Parts: sequence; C-alpha cells; structure tokens
Amino acid sequence: MRKALCITLVLIAFPVAMQWLGYLFYVSFASRVMIYAIAATSLNLVLGYGGMLSFGHAAFVGAGAYVASILVAEGVASAWIGWPAAVAASALLAWVIGAISLRTRGVYFIMITLAVAQMMFYLVNSMKAYGGDEGLTLPRRAELGLGLDLGDEVVFYYVVLFVLLAALYALHRVVHSRFGRVMIAIRENGARVEALGLPVYRYQLLCFVIAGAAGGLAGALLASHGKYVNPNVLHWLQSGTLMIMVILGGVGHLWGGAIGAAVLLGLEHVIADYPLPWLAQVAPNYQQHASLGVGIVLLVIVLFAPQGIAGLISRRKNA
Amino acid sequence: MLELRGVTKRFGGVVATDNVALEVAQGEVHALIGPNGAGKTTLIGQISGSLQTDVGTVRFLEKDVTALRQHERVRLGLARSYQITSIFRRFTVLDNLALAVQARSGSSFSFWRPVAAEAALFDEARAISGEIGLAGRLGVTAGNLAHGEQRALEVGLALATRPRFVLLDEPMAGMGPEESQRMIALIGRIRASVTVLLVEHDMDAVFRLADRITVLVSGRVIASGRPAEIRADKDVRRAYLGDELAA
Repeated sequence: MRKALCITLVLIAFPVAMQWLGYLFYVSFASRVMIYAIAATSLNLVLGYGGMLSFGHAAFVGAGAYVASILVAEGVASAWIGWPAAVAASALLAWVIGAISLRTRGVYFIMITLAVAQMMFYLVNSMKAYGGDEGLTLPRRAELGLGLDLGDEVVFYYVVLFVLLAALYALHRVVHSRFGRVMIAIRENGARVEALGLPVYRYQLLCFVIAGAAGGLAGALLASHGKYVNPNVLHWLQSGTLMIMVILGGVGHLWGGAIGAAVLLGLEHVIADYPLPWLAQVAPNYQQHASLGVGIVLLVIVLFAPQGIAGLISRRKNA
Repeated sequence: MLELRGVTKRFGGVVATDNVALEVAQGEVHALIGPNGAGKTTLIGQISGSLQTDVGTVRFLEKDVTALRQHERVRLGLARSYQITSIFRRFTVLDNLALAVQARSGSSFSFWRPVAAEAALFDEARAISGEIGLAGRLGVTAGNLAHGEQRALEVGLALATRPRFVLLDEPMAGMGPEESQRMIALIGRIRASVTVLLVEHDMDAVFRLADRITVLVSGRVIASGRPAEIRADKDVRRAYLGDELAA
C-alpha cells in the first residue's frame, strides 16, 4: 500500500518537475506509456489471472480507438459520449470473440483470438471512408468539459493517470473478490472448478469482456493522445507488444502491465533517441533494430525471472 | 436416488461403458469394482457430467440429468472426487476448501468485496478441514502436503460442496494402511448424510463399507448385489475377485 502511494505521488509530481525542467515532451511520452499500461493491465487480467492466452487483445484496443476517433471525426467531440461508446463497442466485440474462442483450448484458443483480431485489422483497412490503410487524423482530442482542456498535455496526463490508477485499483479489488478467486482457481485447475459446481465458461467469458472493455478505453485514450489512428493499432504485432509488456512486467502481478509498458516503451525510446557511439561503431544502424535489444531483454527476463520484473521486486522484498 | 439405464460411451472404436444399468438408493454406500480398464472412471465421468453420454439416461433425484452439464449437476448435489488428485496446488488448504464452500454459497459473480472479509466461508472451510483430518494443516500450500493428506483434501473438496450424493473415485489410491484406515473411517462418518458411490480396488475397504456392490468388466455390469452375494458369485470370482480372495 505504501509502495502504491509513493508511486502515485511521484506520478503526480512528474509533470510539474518536467515543466520546471523544460522537458514537456516527456509529459506527453509518459501519457503514452500510461495508456499502454492500461491496455497491458487489461490484458494481464485475461492472461495473468484468467490464464487465457489471448493473442488478439489489440482488436479491443483498436476497436476502442476507432470508435472514439470516428465519433470525433463525425463531430461528436464529447469524451463522455466517445469513451463510453468505445468501451461498449470493445466489450461487445470481446463478448462475440470470447463466446466463440472460449469453446476451444490451448493452441486453438491462441489461433482463434489471433485470427479474429486479424480479421478486424483487414476490416478497418478497407474502411475507405475513415482513411483505410492511411489511418484517420483527428482535428482535435476529445472534449471533457468541466473546464479541463485535453489539448493541454499536462491536463491530458492527469486524466490518463486518473484512469490508470482507477484501473489498477479495480484490478486489485476484482482479484481479491469472489470472482477473482474463481478466475485464479480456473487458471490453476479449470476442470476442478467445474466439478465444484461453477460454470467455468461463463466466468472466463465475463473476464474476457471486462478486459476487452478496459482495452477499449485505452484505445480511446490512445487515439485522443496522438490525434491519429491507423489500422496498425489492431495488427497482431500490437497484440504481441501488449503480451511482451505483460511478460516483461509480470504475468499475474497487479503492477505487471504497468511496469512492462514503462520498461518496453522506455527501452525503445532510449535505444532510438540516445545513440551509443561505441555500439554504433561495432554495429552501425543498430538504432533501427531496437526490437533486437528489446528481444534480448525479454529473453533474459523469461530465462532468469519468469515472474517478470514485478516478480523480481516482490521476491527481493520477501527474501 | 441415482439411476442409470443403458448408459454407453464409445471412444472411437473402443466401447468404454456398454449398456450399463445401475441403481443407487438414498443413504447407501454402493461400491463399483472391476479390473483396470473396466470403464469405472468413464462411468464416473458420465454420471458427474464431465463426459457426455452417447446412449442411455442418467437420472438423479427422479430427474433426467443426461443433458445437464457438470456444474449444473453439482448444483443439484452430485459431487465427485478424482482418482488422480485434482486440487488447487498453489492454494493453501484453507483456500482450497473456502473456494469449494464459496462455489455453493451465494453468487460468485461478486467483483468488489474482498473474499477475505467473508468469515462464514472460512469458518465452514475450517469445519470441513476437521472432518477430513487436516485441521492442523490449514496454512500449508496444498502442493506441499503429503500424499495421503492430498488425497484427504481431494475428498474434502467434494464434501465441501455439501453434496447429497458423492462419487469417490479410488479415494485410497496410493495410500498407506494407516491412511486407508482414516479414509475408511471418514467414509463411515459421511454415510449418515451423504449417499456414496465408491470406486475402489482395496477389497478390504469395499467389503467393510459397501451396502451393495456392482461389478464392471469390459464396460458391462456382470453382477450387482449384496457383498455376500458378490463374494459368492462365480462369474465375479472368475473375472475379478478370484485372485484377490485367494491372496
């Protein structure tokens, strides 16, 4: 609890410090990291607590991003309409995809979630009215009212921070609720949960829908943040990125998604924007292959810290 | 209480259970015996609902439950334990039992209130741990229990759903003599409130506990009756009991 409070205080103070130092870019960057943190946290609910290897989470993020963007493009600028609409659309999509894919197990489940997400990718690609493969540029971010201008990077940052903290708190509550206990038990031994009289399919589907809805909210924030959305937000590589974030940060750890998003995006940023002369001598163009560096880090984490970075931290605390 | 008629299950070309008829009356301990591969566990699966029945009907409490799914049958009071221990290995003993209690008390579609605040769940879980002899092991992670203790928890999970009828699939599998005695005593205690269908290879346990015995060989019922009748049955002796009784 104290740890959470410390992190929250640091995150609240962050934009103030950056403004003072003149690094306003990092406020916007941090917003992006936190949006990915929300998306990865929602995937962690499915992957880490539900034990469902969904390889199509980008479909929900993307659906949210597109629904929110299309509404803004059509003149419905209010976030109070656009964001709930994005959440509802992603929840509905998750319900449909979940209802189909949860009838299968293992590799089949992975393949079906992947395939349906890719179908969404091609569908959006062909939506010429909304930019097709070129994507959709928005005239402005969504409007929140209440005297808050989301166009301001600092205001936007605090809104995203609020959503992230709310999402983490909600995850914390859900994990420790009756529903959460059942989900973890299904991850451990689904057949036995069924034998105790609980309808496993229904629990998994609901978990899938909740995570999809949260992913949709992240998507709506992401579209507003960049004032731009393109089909790549639904691409399976995006699903893979979210999965890598969860694995890096810690599968089934409350902070896993957030830590993973921060580490992965931070690493990409450092590799791309801070050239190392000695490394460039050995390997010219290495900055264009940032994913190689990320891959090596991921390999090390999977081999030496299968519980992810969050697992590493909590293990040291317990030792 | 439980009535099977013409129950059949095929896996590809293999007939695992073949036209099985079986009746278990309320309050009895009914043993199901037979050599390995006779289809006992398949039949347990068909009764509990984890396996679909190809042909035939399963009636429970005067109701046709053949089409019901497993969790729905459990809600009616039809629980099972597994031959191969199937517990929540990373949960503590207390959490294992509390989950089973939770499964039948109120809705588990509750997302906000911490489970830890629900004293009633854990009180009942503690009570059940006493019944199965694990009262002193509540905080132990289930995967770290001794084999016999895991078997006791296996049966405890089924009992924690407070069933009216319980299918026990070889509860004494792999147990030492002392542990077996404890399991026999446990089944002796629960029979007052729960009807039992017991699959077991331990003939000492079977003949001490069973009111009636059904013998399954190659998926077919070859005999069913009181222990004395089964002991005297020529077919049974030839097919199964002979070597054991001679020993």
